[in-house]
Amino acid sequence: MKSSNIIKKIREILLTLLAVFAFTTVILLLAGAPPLKAYYHIFKGSLGSWIKLSYVIKAWIPLTLCACGLLYTFRINLWNIGVEGQMMMGAVVTTAVLRLGIDTQVPNLVLWLSFIGGIVGGAAWALLAGYLKTRGGVNEIFAGLGLNFVAQGIILWLIFGLWKRPGVASMSGTEIFPPELWLFYAPGLRISPAGLAIVIIAVIITAAMLRYTRIGLNLKAIGANRDAAYLFGLRPGKYMLIAMIFAGGFAGIAGSMQVTGVYHRLLPAISSNYGYLALLVVMLANYNVWLAPAVAFFFACLNVGSIQLPMKLQLDSSLSGVIQGALVLAILAIHAWRTRVKFRAAEEAPTKMQQANGSRVES
Amino acid sequence: MVELNLSILLAGVVAGATPVVLAALGETITEKAGIINLSLDGTILLGAMAAFALSYETGSLLAGFMGGAAVGAVVAGIVAVFSIYLGQNQVAVGFVLTLMTRDLAYFLGNAYARLQGPQVPPQPIPLLSKIPFLGEVFFSHNIPVYFSLLFIAFCWWYIYRTPLGLQLRAVGEHPRAVYARGIDPRKLQVLYAVCGGCFVGLAGAVFSLSAKPGWGRPQGAEGTGWIALALVIFGGWHPVKAALGAYLFAFLQVMGIYFQGWFPSVPAQVFQVAPFPLMIFTLVLMHLAQKESVLSWAEEKAWMKSIVHMFSGAAPAALGKPYRSE
Repeated sequence: MKSSNIIKKIREILLTLLAVFAFTTVILLLAGAPPLKAYYHIFKGSLGSWIKLSYVIKAWIPLTLCACGLLYTFRINLWNIGVEGQMMMGAVVTTAVLRLGIDTQVPNLVLWLSFIGGIVGGAAWALLAGYLKTRGGVNEIFAGLGLNFVAQGIILWLIFGLWKRPGVASMSGTEIFPPELWLFYAPGLRISPAGLAIVIIAVIITAAMLRYTRIGLNLKAIGANRDAAYLFGLRPGKYMLIAMIFAGGFAGIAGSMQVTGVYHRLLPAISSNYGYLALLVVMLANYNVWLAPAVAFFFACLNVGSIQLPMKLQLDSSLSGVIQGALVLAILAIHAWRTRVKFRAAEEAPTKMQQANGSRVES
Repeated sequence: MVELNLSILLAGVVAGATPVVLAALGETITEKAGIINLSLDGTILLGAMAAFALSYETGSLLAGFMGGAAVGAVVAGIVAVFSIYLGQNQVAVGFVLTLMTRDLAYFLGNAYARLQGPQVPPQPIPLLSKIPFLGEVFFSHNIPVYFSLLFIAFCWWYIYRTPLGLQLRAVGEHPRAVYARGIDPRKLQVLYAVCGGCFVGLAGAVFSLSAKPGWGRPQGAEGTGWIALALVIFGGWHPVKAALGAYLFAFLQVMGIYFQGWFPSVPAQVFQVAPFPLMIFTLVLMHLAQKESVLSWAEEKAWMKSIVHMFSGAAPAALGKPYRSE
């Protein structure tokens, strides 16, 4: 990359941040809140202490996992909005495995099995949406959304029916698992080494898969031009299912992490909207596998930090969502505005090229 | 045990479906012009919040409805401009706006949560409401309900029976042809996206001022936008069919209350997700109804043919592909 390009990029990012900062400040003033105090509490609530940082990392792990999965489906031009439900089903299967192995002598084995269960649950749910797309002709957005709501229904049915707590069933979820079945947390550090390792491995695998393997190349080829790839002998349907399996698998692990590492039970809000949020993360990271974890970290900070708003300033914590959405919109707008000149030029250029190609085909 | 009373049940369906009808018809107009506005779910919430806050502050219901419509227009306008003039993916922009407008509604509406605000009063139509059965089902509601009933007919008339409606369909099917007629397809698409958005915002206003009065987190309108989006497809981009879908959905929702009475062990939330698998199932059926093999198979059976016909319906040819000047 040329240095002038880097300067342009930095200017673009600064412009985005400035625009979002201005917008958020206006929103805060509209709500009658002191903007600087709000920003201060978000910052202090996320990076202000080691405990707060550990909460941020707890949110960062599933967000990054979902983002990794989404990179596969975005590569082949699929809008896997069903990532939310895939995460939920991962959590459901994880809970099922843990419940089966609750009296085990080898809790670590059960934990690992539960993670495999999470992958299977998420991937199966994604595969269902994939089949609906390739065989049933149902747009992946509607298949995925529908399945999200169905997954939510399944969780509620389990919590209030099959797996209800002895005595009283409530929205607070199933009974808490014994500590042997909790993901190991380094005492003092408040961080799960296994969780961190899984995320780092997921990012590396995703980067390698998309960059260096035939699958990654084919996903990109089909995503860029489905008809051309088909003529080249690639079957788009097959690769869509492959992409869905990867996306669902990673989302499923994210669900497992929520059950084993964060809540130690199944509850209605187990996915915490991280699937939907991960879609924004990947868009803001411009579909770049190395940028996605960084963006996810920033989003996690916003989410965790804004929890302070209701306590300190009697504001709704959804301000984080407003900032995140505004960031993505701003970067899209500024990017579009910057490439507008290029866009115009590109529109004129192909006509010449088409003329050249056209004459060749005719002759 | 809850007793079934048909006229009360159907009256509940007509009233409960009103915001869904408005949102689905608004989105039908937008999509007929070739623009997908995916932001419905958040737009409805933000519209509901704006409508409640405005009418609470001013005491005027009209101000509330106008505010809701304005919110819908602005959000739809953002989707349209990002897509048509800035060349961005409609689905991406719409999805971001779905999440963002929802959070914006919760954030700005926090001060208005659980307040007692103005409500649309019931206004039975004199004489008509006295008709047995029909009067109770259709003519003993409030103004938004009557408006939605009239709006269904208006939409059909406008889209299929007026020169302007022909233009609207043309820009969704073949923008280049519209351009050749000397009309700017971009401006037309923005215009209809904004028009459709108005009714989506209005749907939100109907929620907070009439169907589920008040504001809170959750408001109760959550999920409606996604249903409305599905209904547009369910209706095969035909306004009357989309509206019928909305009534079917409202019927299922009302029946959910009765089901809960019959099966008290199953939580209410489970019944609320019932429309979604049904939506997927219909979409599969619609796909099958477009296949040659199924068509020829249904050809021999008269009743099958009518079912297949019911599920047929094609998207506007240029849906989601904004016009580019050359």
